[in-house]
Amino acid sequence: MGIDLPLIWAVIIIFGIMMYVVMDGFDLGIGILFPFVKDDRDRDVMMNTVAPVWDGNETWLVLGGAGLYGAFPLAYSVVLSALYLPLMLMLTGLIFRGVAFEFRFKAHAEKRHLWDKAFIGGSLVATFFQGVALGAFIEGFKVVDRSYAGGSLDWLTPFALFSGLGLIVAYALLGCTWLIVKTQGPLQEQMHDLGRPLALVLLAVIGVVSLWTPLAYPNIAERWFTLPNLFWFLPVPILVLVTLYGLLRSVARRAHYTPFLLTLVLIFLGYSGLGISIWPNIIPPSISIWDASAPPQSQGFMLVGTLFIIPLILGYTFWSYYVFRGKVTHDDDGYH
Amino acid sequence: MFGLEALDLARIQFAFTVSFHILFPAITIGLASYLAVLEGLWLKSGEDVYRDLYKFWSKIFAVNFGMGVVSGLVMAYQFGTNWSRFSDFAGAVTGPLLTYEVLTAFFLEAGFLGVMLFGWNRVGRGLHFFATVMVALGTLVSTFWILASNSWMHTPQGHAIVDGRIIPVDWLAVIFNPSFPFRLMHMATAAFIATAFFVGASAAWHLLRGRDNPAVRKMLSMAMWMALIVTPIQAVIGDFHGLNTLKHQPVKIAAIEGHWENSPGEPTPLILFGLPDMQAEVTRFKVEIPVLGSLILTHSLDKQVPALKDFPPEDRPNATIIFWSFRVMVGLGLLMIAAGLWSLWLRRDNAIYRSRPFLYLVLWMGPSGLIAILAGWFTTEIGRQPWVVYGLMRTADGVSNHSYAQLGFTLIMFVVVYFALFGAGLGYMMRLVRKGPYTGEGQEQRPGGPGRKRTPARPLSAADDGQEPDSTSLTEEH
Repeated sequence: MGIDLPLIWAVIIIFGIMMYVVMDGFDLGIGILFPFVKDDRDRDVMMNTVAPVWDGNETWLVLGGAGLYGAFPLAYSVVLSALYLPLMLMLTGLIFRGVAFEFRFKAHAEKRHLWDKAFIGGSLVATFFQGVALGAFIEGFKVVDRSYAGGSLDWLTPFALFSGLGLIVAYALLGCTWLIVKTQGPLQEQMHDLGRPLALVLLAVIGVVSLWTPLAYPNIAERWFTLPNLFWFLPVPILVLVTLYGLLRSVARRAHYTPFLLTLVLIFLGYSGLGISIWPNIIPPSISIWDASAPPQSQGFMLVGTLFIIPLILGYTFWSYYVFRGKVTHDDDGYH
Repeated sequence: MFGLEALDLARIQFAFTVSFHILFPAITIGLASYLAVLEGLWLKSGEDVYRDLYKFWSKIFAVNFGMGVVSGLVMAYQFGTNWSRFSDFAGAVTGPLLTYEVLTAFFLEAGFLGVMLFGWNRVGRGLHFFATVMVALGTLVSTFWILASNSWMHTPQGHAIVDGRIIPVDWLAVIFNPSFPFRLMHMATAAFIATAFFVGASAAWHLLRGRDNPAVRKMLSMAMWMALIVTPIQAVIGDFHGLNTLKHQPVKIAAIEGHWENSPGEPTPLILFGLPDMQAEVTRFKVEIPVLGSLILTHSLDKQVPALKDFPPEDRPNATIIFWSFRVMVGLGLLMIAAGLWSLWLRRDNAIYRSRPFLYLVLWMGPSGLIAILAGWFTTEIGRQPWVVYGLMRTADGVSNHSYAQLGFTLIMFVVVYFALFGAGLGYMMRLVRKGPYTGEGQEQRPGGPGRKRTPARPLSAADDGQEPDSTSLTEEH
């Protein structure tokens, strides 16, 4: 038994998506929070807090897509075609947001509000449909003869729509706590005030998902609630509650960094919870990473380049966050 | 509606998104090498005009690069969403090649693009030049991977088929498949030429408006040397590519030529113009030159070129379209060669900078390279039909099972969004071009970049056109 290439590739792709969710999550969140902030200069500050990094954040999404294509072509083809409409809408949202990001700063003042709207709309659409895609993914796909056998609107379920709304809340909280880290004064004050209701709504979302999935999907219930699994996985919900408590406390005492870090922990825990429910399937409910895997010649060939490049991308990412550390203020010449 | 099926809509959608996308990488490839040449010449000669041009074109390069990244995002997902059965069938070969393309692009962005766009005053001259050369090289390596994948779909080899799916057996054979070297050369050269005409048209625009300075003259001159020297080379590469296609995809050549049948013992004529009719199996209204078809395609006076009727109707690509797309490409190519020769003639007494007819021609030929690229891709890709992987999988078997309605909806969405957003992007690039290179531009320091406090080191932000909408609000700050 040599190296388990499908396992390695699953880990790489899970890591890539995790990086994407965490990093693009807070900059999408900023777009979601835009309507709550009316002041133009505050909006400039909000964008400036993510301007240097947002497109780097999206590289993980492209890498995840290409990696999935090469390593698990079956999953790539089934999942992507099953989620055709939500993914197309998500990509359109991301394009809108990306272009709005750049041209908002370059536009003439009178056209600026248009780019603001494109930025808000793009962020909302991208996040919502990302959540819908996630929810539909958890629900699983009908696969017959190696291709998707469901209808074009099968993803349109109450659970998927709820996931879409849930992800908006999660990204809004990420954006909110990120702004607490990066800003000061009235804007930070406003974000501190917003942190508490957002965290409580997110708690409700997590609660609903945690009840809904095991009730609706017996295999997920079995995964969590049989012994000894229950003992292994019990720390996840407990840690969620502890983290949320800490988050509410830290927002209340006007902490600068703790809320964001705890939100990251929360997102990570939620992500792990979903992973526990699904693993080792890559096309729920029944096709595993080994079933969907490309031949070892393909996975091995890709691995060489990937293992060389990913550390470089990570290094560059950390370095750019380091360069742009600290608070962003109105006085910053910032972004051009 | 309009007699289109879901398969047609899926193909139109892919063609639309990929056609929009290819325009940006084509200019990226060409400008990256142009910038490397400019910086090399500046280091060698010390003439400031090269540095002025470098600074000017690097801003346009930056915007263009950003547009390419955003439009490429869709491409990474479209194989799975729209061509899922193809992805499952051939993903073990095309997936890793696409992954390498993406990795190359990121490596580029992560490593050298930041230094190239923002490092001018922060690293030594040699290192900066190295970064520019690496970016230029990186764009070509990206081209290498994506064309390896595309060429393999035209001339697949190095694989086995196990359980109805492709398994790579020999990666070197997969990558260096028979049509790959020709396609790579043809496309890379096309990108250089398209960029040369884009640059030339920018110069012509300024000269026609009386904005004359050494930088504008230099860029016209460089663009026209490229046109003069490289377009004939491209014609030769194209000829080799055509012969390669004749060997591996003869029916594509027959369709390009609108050539339906051979009479025994007679050489094949060349049809200059006509209207191939796929139903009636004839080319109507044709104007033909005897023997020339044999001469061009077989380099002999008597050998015959395969004809469409040698192949069953279900294996024929649509000749009506590719007959014409090919002629658009070749026609523009000939026009480019002519423009190059004219420029040489005008150089005698520097009339190249004054002749208004010539400058107008160059101005109007600004998009000619890009149009020729699109026409060429239409020819080769529609000519590959009805196959998605030549001889192995038909396009109709590779498509996802989407309804007419949802394909129509997303197609309209893409058309609206792409024209609105990338239209704005192109408009912005044109605004930058209009500002023109000016003397001394190279000495200016621009804010931004690694090491400076909180300024972005990303492609688009390198393009500062001097409009700072937030500067007023900044000065009001108490």
